[in-house]
Amino acid sequence: MELSRRDALTALTAVGLGATAGCASSSETDTRVADDHVVETLVAVAEAVYPSEVDGVESFVREVSVRRIGADEAYEAGVADAVERLDDYVEGFRDATYTDLSREERTTELHRMGVGNAAPDPSGLDRERVRYYLVNELLYAFYSTPTGASLVGLENPPGHPGGTTSYRRGPEE
Amino acid sequence: MTPPGAGGGATETGPDTSVDRTPSDRTDVCIVGAGPAGALVAAKLAAAGHDVVVLDAGPRFDPAEREDRMERLLRPGDDRPVWPVDPERDAYSSTGEREYPLNAARVKGIGGTTLHWQGMVMRLHEQDFRLDSSVGAGADWPFDYEHLRPYYAEAERELSVSGASDNPFAPPREQPHPLPPFPPSHSDAIFAEACESLGIATHSVPNARNSESTADASACVGYGTCKPVCPSGAKYDATRHVREAEAAGARVIDRVPVQRLEHDATGDRVTAAVYATPDGTEHRQAAREFVVAAGGVETPRLLLLSKSEQYPDGLANSSGAVGRYFMDHLFAGMGGLLDRRTRQKHVGFITSESHQFYDREDDSRGAIKLEFLNYAGPAPTDVALSADEFGDALLSKIRESYGNHIAVSALVEQFPRRENRIRLDPSRTDGHGNPVPDVVWSLDDSTRRALRRANEIQRSILDELGASVEWTVGPENTGPAFHHMGTTRMGTDSDESVVDARLRSHDLQNLSLVGSSTFPTGGAMNPTLTIAALSLKAADHVDERL
Repeated sequence: MELSRRDALTALTAVGLGATAGCASSSETDTRVADDHVVETLVAVAEAVYPSEVDGVESFVREVSVRRIGADEAYEAGVADAVERLDDYVEGFRDATYTDLSREERTTELHRMGVGNAAPDPSGLDRERVRYYLVNELLYAFYSTPTGASLVGLENPPGHPGGTTSYRRGPEE
Repeated sequence: MTPPGAGGGATETGPDTSVDRTPSDRTDVCIVGAGPAGALVAAKLAAAGHDVVVLDAGPRFDPAEREDRMERLLRPGDDRPVWPVDPERDAYSSTGEREYPLNAARVKGIGGTTLHWQGMVMRLHEQDFRLDSSVGAGADWPFDYEHLRPYYAEAERELSVSGASDNPFAPPREQPHPLPPFPPSHSDAIFAEACESLGIATHSVPNARNSESTADASACVGYGTCKPVCPSGAKYDATRHVREAEAAGARVIDRVPVQRLEHDATGDRVTAAVYATPDGTEHRQAAREFVVAAGGVETPRLLLLSKSEQYPDGLANSSGAVGRYFMDHLFAGMGGLLDRRTRQKHVGFITSESHQFYDREDDSRGAIKLEFLNYAGPAPTDVALSADEFGDALLSKIRESYGNHIAVSALVEQFPRRENRIRLDPSRTDGHGNPVPDVVWSLDDSTRRALRRANEIQRSILDELGASVEWTVGPENTGPAFHHMGTTRMGTDSDESVVDARLRSHDLQNLSLVGSSTFPTGGAMNPTLTIAALSLKAADHVDERL
């Protein structure tokens, strides 16, 4: 499955940022642009938490989550802080930042840090902040839009303004 | 926890000196409450040329924040409620047999509880207005369906109701709904087949959400989070009529909880509503007519707080019925899994019901309204944002969790009982030192019988479908539907009721009470269309007196 710019625009529309997305790329928007390392880490986390069949993850993350995050300065700071906490954790074991790891290693480190069973909490423990600001940020962008939800047969998931026709259709239509 | 920088609306908390909250001069009508009842009365009376002031305890919310509120709903970890609760302003007690989660059941602010309602708007049945006469249960309303019928039509126009005339159990109507209905869902068709085999008729649902664009709002775009928040505004909420009222010259003041009503020396007329501003200053708003439209809990509470030497048991309470006969609808439900795809979670509203079990044969149990859900089971985000797994394992888990759920729910009637009540709790006070409301609520055997019967019907439908039943909500674990009714009941006998058929207090000539608190019985229909109809009727009566 290739994530397209259309997927990104659809996802942005769902979170109220579609109007700017339609006329500008992420580097040209009126929202703040996140730090490069933060963006690269978001892409790295996305590659671990999104299904392997999905291609085009980097452009999707740059178009959707970077724009979402950049729209709120305090939220962006929370994301950057979570990236720092994730890197600190990884460096304690591997002498590398999270982005240096392979996809398999990224998944392993998230689990080792306890992110999988951590409750998302923007002001909680390191693993809880990583869950809230990184993992759930990315999963929300993906599964609250047709981009991810259609992989399980839901073209118009809660949170997405996908109209009032899909609910009438059967699974084969 | 609250994320840093999270917007909650600068207008929601803290002192706000940017708004003039001093009283108005030469006011015809003072309305307490800017929910649907107060907003409709305000809009109609302002349009008739009267000077109207509306006072509401809660804030004015920014519509631009609705998408943020939606994300609070969908993303775990942000512990801010979708609509704010002020722990001092909204403190309450619940001392009845059944715990009552009051602050989950209401929104205080401009627009009131319509900000988080589901938006289902059906007329009461003819039998609802003469329940005592027909089966010896509850009480009769002081008028019949025919009397309220034109106001129901007016209410449907005001709320831009989308609906069809295909319900064989509905009372007679004179014209189609203002907007066409939302067509049935895929899962409605699954249910309809099973119901037909069982001899159960299904039909459409009138919705207060736009199936087409109007001058007031866009058509529904399917965000799927109707309850508790509609980001598009396609679901009706009372801010529409607040806007109308303000456009017609009404003044709507937020964050000014009314502390008490004052009356004249004769005790015949209310003279002022005393309210507090965010900085603690008290003001008196005088008016010729007063309308209290603060819901089924705060309306009786305000009357009880307004006791005086002449009215030691509270204002408008010579009957002793203020706060009594509190009713809600009970939820009954059953859900399970099918071996086929059910296509849930595309929209957040329902499109199919059955009123076949509504009218009562005798007084042994109340009405039952069946609802076929379009949002059974978890959505992908519900699974993804709390799962232990990532990547392909997470996708597999979502695929296992989503897609085959099905559920049928019901609203069940509770007959009015004097011991169910809203009273003041003298042991606790709100931020202004006023005793908080105490909800005393319990269920009786007739309600339990109706819940059991609802479960029997639901079981038969799911069995006919071949579903595996995964959960049941019945007499033992039921909960309220958040429809507060009955606490300032309407009637012809001033010894038994609080307001007359014109929604005016029996005791005070210029005091009207509007909303579901005036319902003598509650039926099992979502109450807001009837609230709207009564509000429009009350506005006419106030207009006649001015």
